[in-house]
Amino acid sequence: MKTPIQLRLNGEEVAAFADDGANLLDVLRESFGDLTVKGGCWQGTCGTCTVLVGGNPRLSCVTLAESCSGNSVETVAGLRRGADLHPLQSAFMEHFAAQCGYCTPGMLMAAKALLDRNPNPTREDVVDAICGNICRCTGYEPIIAAILDAARKGARRSA
Amino acid sequence: MLEMRKDIFADERDDDLREVGRPTQRQDILGHVTGTSAYYDDHRFANLLHLKVLRSPHAHARIRSIDDAAASRAPGVKRIIRGADVPVNLNTLLSLIQFGKDDEPSLATDTVRYKGEPILAVVATSERAAREALELVRISYDSLPAVFDVEEALKPGAVPVNPAYPKNTFDYHGKYDHQKLRFGDVEAAFAKADMVLEERYQMSPIEHAPTETNGSIAVPDTNGRFTVYTSTQALFFSLDTSAKINAMPSNQLHFVGGTVGGGFGGKVDTLTEPLAILAARLTGAPVRYRLSRHEEMQFGSPRGAERIYIKDGLMRDGRIVARKVRAYFDSGAYTRLSSYAVVKCVAHIPGPYTIPNVHADVYCVFTNRTPATAMRGFGVTALDFALECQMDKGAVAIGMDPLEFRMLNAYRDGDMKAHRRVAKNCALIECAQVAAEKAQWPLREEFRRMSSRKGGGEARPEVVADRSRAPAPAGTPRSPASTPQRVAYDRPQVDAKPPPSPPRDVPSPAGAPPSGSTHGVRRFSSIFGTRRR
Ligand code: FES
Ligand code: FES
Repeated sequence: MKTPIQLRLNGEEVAAFADDGANLLDVLRESFGDLTVKGGCWQGTCGTCTVLVGGNPRLSCVTLAESCSGNSVETVAGLRRGADLHPLQSAFMEHFAAQCGYCTPGMLMAAKALLDRNPNPTREDVVDAICGNICRCTGYEPIIAAILDAARKGARRSA
Repeated sequence: MLEMRKDIFADERDDDLREVGRPTQRQDILGHVTGTSAYYDDHRFANLLHLKVLRSPHAHARIRSIDDAAASRAPGVKRIIRGADVPVNLNTLLSLIQFGKDDEPSLATDTVRYKGEPILAVVATSERAAREALELVRISYDSLPAVFDVEEALKPGAVPVNPAYPKNTFDYHGKYDHQKLRFGDVEAAFAKADMVLEERYQMSPIEHAPTETNGSIAVPDTNGRFTVYTSTQALFFSLDTSAKINAMPSNQLHFVGGTVGGGFGGKVDTLTEPLAILAARLTGAPVRYRLSRHEEMQFGSPRGAERIYIKDGLMRDGRIVARKVRAYFDSGAYTRLSSYAVVKCVAHIPGPYTIPNVHADVYCVFTNRTPATAMRGFGVTALDFALECQMDKGAVAIGMDPLEFRMLNAYRDGDMKAHRRVAKNCALIECAQVAAEKAQWPLREEFRRMSSRKGGGEARPEVVADRSRAPAPAGTPRSPASTPQRVAYDRPQVDAKPPPSPPRDVPSPAGAPPSGSTHGVRRFSSIFGTRRR
């Protein structure tokens, strides 16, 4: 059996039929072709697959796709505005916050969820926001520095 | 900030290392932050099939029978692959460089030798269909006694793990059951030493746990070739291994890799490509074989466990006069790269210290555990852990500052190493001095003046351990030594001044071996046991 799924994916209305019980990770990758979303454990333990559903960070591998129908979903594919990078993306580059890059999409979305609701986070807030995201390469410090820097720069721009 | 100490490395490099101390942006960083870097699993193919393997629940068992009739009729199943279907069902990773015997099947046929060993593969239209079909396979086993401890595995009468190596040890050059290092006479030195310190160290296996699990997709091409998208860290190595197992010429394989979601040594074993290619051959369709997180953590080969015994002979003045090492590397059930790790380990003994009597025996041992492989400095890392713990214990036993104890025993230029190579471009002492300064760790004057240059820069300093003194807290001034003893043992006191650095590019006299620069010098390859350029 197939189930209709309708989402606002990075601002675009999209629809597809997915297998019953399909998770959001598979539907984003296989039905909507958004390969920026990565899977690392497919069991809700690594944070790699983090996307925003209705603005909240969600582990897409353990989110029933059907349950998101009618909701907005944000992924890294929607972070960039044309040629311009999101401040988080530039900060990740400047701070060398990605090595293999596999955890990066999930990290960026977890960080975006934080900055969207708290533009001036403390270091503790940042650590808390990414505590469910595993990175095996960078050692976290560059990631934390990048997120804090993006927050500072974002704040300056809106001031 | 890093700096290049030209005074130490004057004759080593002639460039000025513009990159040292400065970050360099990765060329793939833009892809990473935009999520557009293509990992192996970011390639899409119509009618992709999925491969899953059935793994042994036993550490050691004989397979009595396999019943896959129900599984082969399960919905979505396209093909079941058994050991008999694998063209060359026995391989060892380093066979490509003629090192070791073929000992590991792609799919076990009669015996399983570790928990998690693959026995049979199901190729189906979805991962879920493949998993559900695996549930329908019935295998009956006769369980066999298993051995999990390296020293137990070497005892007479121990269960033989791997028929290629009936003594449970890897064969070096077809005749040696371990690697040896002999230099001087440790037993005589122990007899004369003021103190003997013997300790045991054990390191557990460590899983690399890359965020992207091992996997590959094999795609049949129209010209009889196969394109393979893979997470491998060793592209050509995996290509040749896959060609061998599939008994096909390597020019029928086109491997595409490059962007790897973390490896750390855990993606050099060619775990998935051979079966993915075989499945693509048998079905004519693209096939993906991707490890689940559980498989990656439980059955992906880890850094091997090592057990290391170190016995040191120490003098009251802080000199180490003898070091005896006995170590066992747990290779698991088959040889992946532990055999080579042992070679690296022996090459690293006794650490960066000049010790006149060294004796080492290091074994690569087979047990019924997950085969172990490469991981970040494997062979050396665990040994260093053991050696440096031993150095701290030695310093405490002697009553000497642990940093000074290391500096006292550190290699100097011109020292003869246990491997009968002359030490050169040594800088451990200088590194220790800089580290001590930055950490505000007080060093006595003679240690601040010490040098790695030949003979210690100037005459070798006179130092003595002060047994009454525990390692002093930072900031405590040191009292000068009372009864100085020379530490330059076994080594003539020549050259009161540091030798002038030889000018570069001066041609050596005809017939003399080249010196100074290492360019063009034949190097020793311990794997081949031969010299190569
Ligand atoms: S892939 Fe979803 S949490 Fe790991
Ligand atoms: S950069 Fe490799 S896991 Fe984070």
